[in-house]
Amino acid sequence: MMNKAEQITGSEVLLRGLLAEGVECVFGYPGGNVLYIYDAMVGNPDFKHILTRHEQGAIHAADGYARSTGKVGVCLATSGPGATNLVTGIATAYMDSVPIVVITGNVPTAVMGTDAFQEADIVSITMPITKHGYLVRDVHDLPRIIQEAFYIANTGRKGPVLIDIPKDVSNQLMRIQPSGPIQLRGYKGAPQPDRTEVDKLIQAITESEKPVIIAGGGVVHSNASQELIAFADRTRIPVTTTLQGLGGFPSAHELWLGMPGMHGTYAANTAIQNADLIISIGSRFDDRVTMRLDGFAPQAKKVAHIDIDPAEIGKNVRTDIACIGDIQAVLAYAITKAGPARSGSWIEEIVNNKTRYPLQYKDSDTVLKPQYVLEMISETTNGEAIITTDVGQHQMWTAQFYKFNHPRSLLTSGGLGTMGYGFPSAIGAQIGNPDRLVVSINGDGGMQMCAQELAVCAIHNIPVKIVVINNQVLGMVKQWQELIHDNRLSHIELAGSPDFVKLAEAYGVRGLRAGTKQEALEAWQEALRTLGPVLVEFTVPSEENVYPMVFSGDTLDQMKLGDMA
Amino acid sequence: MIKKHTISVLVNDQPGVLQRVSGLFGRRGFNIDSITVGNCEEAGLSRMVIVTAGDDRTLEQIEKQLFKLIDVLKVNHLKDHAMVARELALIKVKAEPLKRPEIVGIVDVFRASIVDIGSADMIIQAVGDLDKINAIIDLLRVYGIVELSRTGTTALMRGNAAVK
Repeated sequence: MMNKAEQITGSEVLLRGLLAEGVECVFGYPGGNVLYIYDAMVGNPDFKHILTRHEQGAIHAADGYARSTGKVGVCLATSGPGATNLVTGIATAYMDSVPIVVITGNVPTAVMGTDAFQEADIVSITMPITKHGYLVRDVHDLPRIIQEAFYIANTGRKGPVLIDIPKDVSNQLMRIQPSGPIQLRGYKGAPQPDRTEVDKLIQAITESEKPVIIAGGGVVHSNASQELIAFADRTRIPVTTTLQGLGGFPSAHELWLGMPGMHGTYAANTAIQNADLIISIGSRFDDRVTMRLDGFAPQAKKVAHIDIDPAEIGKNVRTDIACIGDIQAVLAYAITKAGPARSGSWIEEIVNNKTRYPLQYKDSDTVLKPQYVLEMISETTNGEAIITTDVGQHQMWTAQFYKFNHPRSLLTSGGLGTMGYGFPSAIGAQIGNPDRLVVSINGDGGMQMCAQELAVCAIHNIPVKIVVINNQVLGMVKQWQELIHDNRLSHIELAGSPDFVKLAEAYGVRGLRAGTKQEALEAWQEALRTLGPVLVEFTVPSEENVYPMVFSGDTLDQMKLGDMA
Repeated sequence: MIKKHTISVLVNDQPGVLQRVSGLFGRRGFNIDSITVGNCEEAGLSRMVIVTAGDDRTLEQIEKQLFKLIDVLKVNHLKDHAMVARELALIKVKAEPLKRPEIVGIVDVFRASIVDIGSADMIIQAVGDLDKINAIIDLLRVYGIVELSRTGTTALMRGNAAVK
């Protein structure tokens, strides 16, 4: 133990505080106002830091680490541009409730407010996209703030917390002393479930003939997958999992309906529109799930909502039964009392829909279809990989065609829809899960938003399998222009993109390319055999669209089935 | 149905807490008719009283979203019949010597007071609920209001109840 009288700097307080919180790795980028913090890392073998090539890469990596492990991800950047480069990643984490502690430097307190060099009021800038934020004005507050930040980030509805440390504070001396327990009067992590509401839900289930569960990211965040499976089995209620919920319920389960919403399955969307009881579990009735709100679930006699965040109850959809609390706790109690719904013929109908209208695409022997690539990746990895995606068509195809079996195996920016997330998040996921296969699936657009992090994979030999589905266009934008804007294509051509294989090799990462089915399988198997990082570019046609599709303004039953029909 | 609501919010007296609260209202499209902040009975805490307009669903969202802020300790909707709500207004009104008796008459009826007299105008201090303040302002308007400053409503629950 350290001598109680020992004086240490704010930077040392920070590093010790992070280690005490169990932080395995910090993703960051140095700069003038974090020099003392980086100085404290010198000669500290316990503290692991990964230098990314852009602050956005650092925060997405921290996000991928957090989503895949359930632990708090940490990133560090300097003041001003360093801090503002984190903003997209903070918003990404906020929208999907990901626990991250973001540490930024700031200018010395003496010049704060004078527009000093590299000054930005990052606490204010991030107020609407953080769960909480601290500006540390005195080093003596720092130990408490670190403890509170980790506690706030990873309890209740999780989310990013910012700690902004002015340069002088990071060099201010203090005597270390044991800190007291966390006291946050205004903060309650998870409210205790109100059992009478859960009892109402159980009653509604027994009266229901056409119930459906919409399971979202909350199931994953609360580690409640096992409870969800037991609950669905016991109540005989089919389950649809939202984009964030994928993997929270095994895709092989007979009661699984696939994903709902804009690009959801026929079975899932039809089930919601015909259900007499909707049970949302850790899902927030996002507009991409509900589509036109006043036509959402028109047959539902009751809507029940299980969520840790009281503010989500009734926010978008009128709720009859509100079970506020940690999902695991609510379901654990519900399982002990719930009986089956009268859902026998309903399940028959739904299973029939699954077989009659499966996800389909027009395959080809001559052309490599993107959907085929995703199916191949799913089959060859048995649904056991950790998958990260970027945003766009490949993201939806991944959600549709990868058969997820485990929670925390799909990391994707759902709420914010952040391009550039797919690749750096995989680096964080791999560091948090060194023994798992991590596959990062990207389009040719998003890959170019954070491609610089290939350097990180190369120098640390982080064995992420990087997939680039290259259709030479911004596919999802093209799809909307084609279908909604009368095919008036505008600025979607990605001509001038680099040769991705050469790009990877330029960074020292192996690169492979495939343009036919046979090449695809060969290249992919070669990638899986490769011990280190490898990038595989799959050249696919630009014409493919994602179906089913519900247009904005339409109701869930107004699906365009496209090639499926 | 859109109605006026008075919400009492107990917050940590931290830098930026007003910004957090007002930012939340702006971002979520909630309206602020008035907002007052000041020290309260406990050191380290402040009490904000916010007057807003919205339907029941909006009110519920406002209360819940406010409560999510870490620096917010307590949120209470003050019902009209169960609260005392007061606002203070300073009204600088044109007051030629000939008009002064009339104005003083109005001031007396409203139990307001004259806190400054100049050669051509006077400052009237009025305290009361929203309707009373609006009424005196309307009556004084005919004389010519030079400047007007209102504090916004502050409020407490009546009787033994307390927002603590």
